[in-house]
Amino acid sequence: MTNLSKQEALVQYAAQIGDNGLIIGHRMSEWCFRAPSIEMEMALMNCALDLIGQARELYTYAAKLDGTGKTEDDFAYLRDEKDFRNLLLAEVPNGDWGDTIVRLFFMSAYNKLFFTALTKSTDEELAAIGAKSLKEVTYHLRFSSEWLIRLGDGTDESHERVQKSINDLWAYTGELFTMTDGEKMLLEEGIAVDTAALKPEWDQIVTDVLTQATLSRPENKWAHKGGKAEGIHTESFGYIIADMQFMQRRYPGCSW
Amino acid sequence: MSSAATNFDPDVIWSLLEEVKDPEIPVLSIVDLGIARAVQDTADGQLEVVISPTYSGCPAMYMLEEQIRETLINHGYPDPVITTQLSPAWTTDWMTEAGRKKLTAYGIAPPEKTTSNKSVLFGGQKKIACPKCASTNSEQISEFGSTACKALYRCLDCREPFDYFKCI
Repeated sequence: MTNLSKQEALVQYAAQIGDNGLIIGHRMSEWCFRAPSIEMEMALMNCALDLIGQARELYTYAAKLDGTGKTEDDFAYLRDEKDFRNLLLAEVPNGDWGDTIVRLFFMSAYNKLFFTALTKSTDEELAAIGAKSLKEVTYHLRFSSEWLIRLGDGTDESHERVQKSINDLWAYTGELFTMTDGEKMLLEEGIAVDTAALKPEWDQIVTDVLTQATLSRPENKWAHKGGKAEGIHTESFGYIIADMQFMQRRYPGCSW
Repeated sequence: MSSAATNFDPDVIWSLLEEVKDPEIPVLSIVDLGIARAVQDTADGQLEVVISPTYSGCPAMYMLEEQIRETLINHGYPDPVITTQLSPAWTTDWMTEAGRKKLTAYGIAPPEKTTSNKSVLFGGQKKIACPKCASTNSEQISEFGSTACKALYRCLDCREPFDYFKCI
């Protein structure tokens, strides 16, 4: 069992939900000026903005609970790799357009169920952030579902490539439904979401869309884990924070 | 400063808030948009304006907050408190009727009233009336537009592309 206090667990919980948004949002922002068409670029940047905005709300709340005078920026710019507790799915590299769409689709299906459940949290601030975020991630799910269907049910090449994206990223989906000790503690208080319980509905959404997309669903085998529970990341994570944190590390306290 | 309730007239404050425009859609004030939620006293008797963000990442929110502060200070309210409220989440249903008319006149199709169609997939493409010629023979070009709150449409009769203020 965890030896965190309830307050420490809550700070970590708010921050870890924020980490998912910041990291996948940062990844998507890497498409800026590189997307295949301007409409696709605007869509990704809009989604990224929503996700980073959600992260800001969550970090601001975590900073307030922390009570040592930190701000949202401390969470984004001054923590080290091990302190980030995002799902590994959020950090995998962009790959091609299909990889980016599949990653967003898996994450958005999860986010939609997660934030729906978070609106019922006994923590009022988390419930409010959940309600706000839910509207946004619902849009992301629609956008990524439509693209997945277009690619899967498109040409032979798009079908084959997006099927490969699904197969490659599938091993990152198992972590979505794991629970940390801190989460289990907060679940008893009615604060945290029971992520394990989201799996049947997530499976249903994924199966429905994959069927429409004429794609097949991989079997559940071995799953990557460790980002959320221990802050053990994939190889590419260090490069993300090197890019993201450079300015604050080089010029501490710099502001616009 | 006296702690007596209201050393301000809420109607005057509301009319000052009408002067604060959205930087991306300068015909709309924060009152038209339903961003300004309440004008009230804090426990210490300070003037407090409560606002709700449209989207979590809306980059205009900080600027709006500064504009509200500046407007109030310039009109003799030296120390206003601006509070951001997330719940209930902002919805396009809060946009005023006057705001919707101004939006159309500006060339942006106003949001539909809350859609009953919350389905995940292909959420039933809506027929949006063209703000130029009012034809509903339109199609969506891009679900995401120049700002988080807009989508891009095209009128199939007058052939003009136009922004649609998304319903959320």
